[in-house]
Amino acid sequence: MQLARVVGNVVATIKNSTLTGRKLMVIQVLNGDLQPVGKPLVAIDSVGAGTGELVFWCRGKEASFPFEGSEVPTDCTIIGIVDSPQHVKNIGVLQP
Amino acid sequence: MILARVLGNVVASQKNKRYDAARIMLVQPVNPDGSPRGVQMLALDSVDSGEGDLVIVVQEGWSASTAATGEPGAAIDSAIIGVVDYVEVFQ
Repeated sequence: MQLARVVGNVVATIKNSTLTGRKLMVIQVLNGDLQPVGKPLVAIDSVGAGTGELVFWCRGKEASFPFEGSEVPTDCTIIGIVDSPQHVKNIGVLQP
Repeated sequence: MILARVLGNVVASQKNKRYDAARIMLVQPVNPDGSPRGVQMLALDSVDSGEGDLVIVVQEGWSASTAATGEPGAAIDSAIIGVVDYVEVFQ
């Protein structure tokens, strides 16, 4: 799992039938200091996240588990909303 | 599995229900010599680790779900499954 910021959403009319009613969001992955890393991804939302919110997401096959009962084809799902940036506790990298 | 250093944790009230009793830890993947590598990530704690601990993180869903919640099939891709006492590398 990694932290991310929701930066937008995607609208697709023609899509896999199991994606009907799902929210497709654009997320920017963040590091522990909440600085952007890498390129934006498209994620399916499972918790009601909105644009601008700080979230965390799950990758891989496990990303489809929140949608039990339907085989949602996803490898990137938003699974939690961080209460606030202050709720990310980070003591910083310790030098060996 | 990878080695990682625990940096802290994350609090989220609104989350997948399988995360209800879990501690969501912020970890920095590290090399065997302790130097950081890659991007910080989140892992569920299953061994009562704390800030500053060097830990073992499993990055596979079945193992992570089972270790962190006791059952497979949760939307969990990483879990802390051990606290490292020391690392020996022979080269």
